Amino acid sequence: MSLSETDIQAIWLTLRLASVTTLLLLLVGTPLAWWLARTRSWLKQPVAAITALPLVLPPTVLGFYLLILLGPNGPVGSLMLDLGLETLPFTFPGLVVASMIYSLPFMVQPLQNAFAAIGDRPLEVAATLRASALDRFVSVVVPLARSGFLTGMVLAFAHTVGEFGVILMIGGNIPGETHVLSVAIYDHVEALDYENAHLLSAGLLVFSFIVILLLNLLNKRTHPEIAR
Amino acid sequence: MRELTVRFTADLGEFSLDVAFQAPGKGVTALFGHSGSGKTTLLRCLAGLERRASGFLQIDNEIWQDDANGIHLPTHRRAVGYVFQEASLFPHLSVRRNLEFGMKRVPARQRQVSFDDAVALAGLSGLLGRGAARLSGGERQRVAIARALLTSPRLLLMDEPLSALDERSKRDIFPCLERLHSELSIPVIYVSHSLREVARLADHMVWMEEGRVRASDSLQRVLTRLDLSVEQGDEAGAILECEIALHDDKYHLTALDGCCGRVWVSRLDMDPGRAVRVHVPARDVSINLEKNSDSSILNIWPTVVENICDISASQVLVRLRCNTSGDGPRLLARITRKSCVKLHLKPEMRVFAQLKSAALID
Amino acid sequence: MRYFIAVAFFSVSHLVWADSVNIAVAANFAAPAREIGEAFQQSSEHTVIISSGSTGKLFAQIEHGAPFDLFLAADSRRPQLLEHNGKAVPGSRFTYALGRIVLWSPRPGYVDEHGVILKEGDFKRLAIANPRLAPYGLAAQQVMERLGLWSGLRRRLVRGENIAQTFQFVVSGNASLGFVALAQVRAAGDSGSVWHVPDELYQPIRQQAVLLQRGQKSAAANAFFRYLQGSEAREIIRSMGHDVVASNARNDVTE
Repeated sequence: MSLSETDIQAIWLTLRLASVTTLLLLLVGTPLAWWLARTRSWLKQPVAAITALPLVLPPTVLGFYLLILLGPNGPVGSLMLDLGLETLPFTFPGLVVASMIYSLPFMVQPLQNAFAAIGDRPLEVAATLRASALDRFVSVVVPLARSGFLTGMVLAFAHTVGEFGVILMIGGNIPGETHVLSVAIYDHVEALDYENAHLLSAGLLVFSFIVILLLNLLNKRTHPEIAR
Repeated sequence: MRELTVRFTADLGEFSLDVAFQAPGKGVTALFGHSGSGKTTLLRCLAGLERRASGFLQIDNEIWQDDANGIHLPTHRRAVGYVFQEASLFPHLSVRRNLEFGMKRVPARQRQVSFDDAVALAGLSGLLGRGAARLSGGERQRVAIARALLTSPRLLLMDEPLSALDERSKRDIFPCLERLHSELSIPVIYVSHSLREVARLADHMVWMEEGRVRASDSLQRVLTRLDLSVEQGDEAGAILECEIALHDDKYHLTALDGCCGRVWVSRLDMDPGRAVRVHVPARDVSINLEKNSDSSILNIWPTVVENICDISASQVLVRLRCNTSGDGPRLLARITRKSCVKLHLKPEMRVFAQLKSAALID
Repeated sequence: MRYFIAVAFFSVSHLVWADSVNIAVAANFAAPAREIGEAFQQSSEHTVIISSGSTGKLFAQIEHGAPFDLFLAADSRRPQLLEHNGKAVPGSRFTYALGRIVLWSPRPGYVDEHGVILKEGDFKRLAIANPRLAPYGLAAQQVMERLGLWSGLRRRLVRGENIAQTFQFVVSGNASLGFVALAQVRAAGDSGSVWHVPDELYQPIRQQAVLLQRGQKSAAANAFFRYLQGSEAREIIRSMGHDVVASNARNDVTE
């Protein structure tokens, strides 16, 4: 039993997709989670609900709408064509966009909870100690929300690795571009190639187990002893 | 003259704040009142933490807030130190890093309090390496005070820093607060609902009720105002600033000299020359028309009646001015109405006050 | 309440008299199967229950004991395997339809009737079904190989997991054109432009059916199995865009 070149390619592609998605989600999700944790606006609940949608929507629904929305006849796709850009379905950037939407709640919700748990007081203290808004975020919020960041990143990464339905819908199964691990497994199963399906599935199973184990271990140390 | 000018209004739904007062730009100003009187809200206004309030705030000749003219410095640009009710140390930082947090953010040439001085003043030298989570309540509050001081504030705000502490921790911190008072020239606004704390620490007092200022004056004057004293019941009394004069080892007494004269109290274990504050309860002061040298009471002072106020159907409160001339300190005496009538007490009458007890405030 | 009980009684007694037949159908044949089922129900007492899905999934389910009487696959390989495994009734396997592929675009006039666009078109993406999984995909690959275009077009291919998804890629405009089933184009009302790929360019797509062990004893299953081979069913199949083989050509294929 050994992995074919296509399968190895699929594994690398999957890791690349999950990494890029996680990093971009960190950039997008942090301000969103911060806003959700702090705002008193009436928009909070609607925005929170939209953010949570991918949790309950079947991935195929999401994928189907993305395919239509991002396609050349859809509003987003036709806009991109007008701007002289390539449409997103069947491309790696397209997968990144889809994965970001799909994994958004997994990044935002742990962050939002962590931010809310900090409360106003540490920020007020920091303000009276001359820290500006950005300074307060970097030097107080980030360290105090450490476990939230960790949880969000690990979950977003793992969830993207396991993503299937959405990618099936808008990926187009192009080796090296959109042929990711979960699709590779599906193909093996469909083609009755159970041996390779087992190989990849078992790998994914072990990976998921290790991720969750690590997360639990790291979260146990939310309040680390201070070294100095 | 350095001075603090404060004017704020805020409508916070069920509660509204509407205050205006001036306070000296040195020493300790107590914001006193019952819970819900708006002390903390006012303190937050001073720090710029209360966004729903508008008003005017000037310290010396620097304006921090003047909403009518569109001036509103954000909190981090105001040179305030703020000590919250619970110490609120950063749990992810060590004591040292907590202390350095504010200090690092003040340009070096503006720093007036050195790290070592603040550590010594708050007695923290043995704790610097510890994590904030592993401190006792009193230790935490001392770190918070030192941390605020290290920003070299123009104004130090303290919100009941002792209220969350047990008696032992309080005793631990009082010396620190007193040294702060005597060694640094930073004006302090100190919120408290404890008259004892205020009597011990404050020079100036702002008495708040339901979001309004009821009185703003020197500590002695506010505490001997009859209208306010009546409400204090048994707690009513005067505060006297004294100095340890001498000890009488034979009778185990100590003499304190104040501007009214000499007071004898039970032997105190303090060196002569040391400044102390003494509380003289109104219920322990009686009035004689003549100096009664054959009384058992040692402390008898000449005073002048200022005014008289009914407490109940049977009792009155009399405010007495020490010395015959000038603006001396005041005493309060609680006596029966019958005696008041019998002695024909009325303002500007010269009488002798007998002090049955006087307690050092600690 | 009384009314409700009467209804319940009626349905129970109905079930007692009539039999039902459970059919597993490849997704690309779900529509014709439903039509045939309707027609069958009109001429008999039995009820037809259809479950459609990908051939691979249905195959796996049948292998693991799913309660189906009949299996209408999209290929011949899976029915063969079931026969070997003893899950199907030996000798029952036959080709119920021949798939036809076409090159199609929803844009009228885009695909020419000789498929020259494959050589000269500047399209960005061409959709096919995954050749590894779907017989229609394999056929599409054969067509391009036969025309000597496979290596040139490979980079422009997007692959659907099945022929239904491939159709979705094209109809949504995400791929300009694609190799899809004639039946799909017909079901969509023969719109757009199409190249009817000549038969000699790909091996026939034999969609085979087998009677499963569970259905062997069922009168309903046997009745439907016979009906499927009859002229009425064949007419329906043909009208919906598939070819049928001559009725005496049973069990003629073993690839």
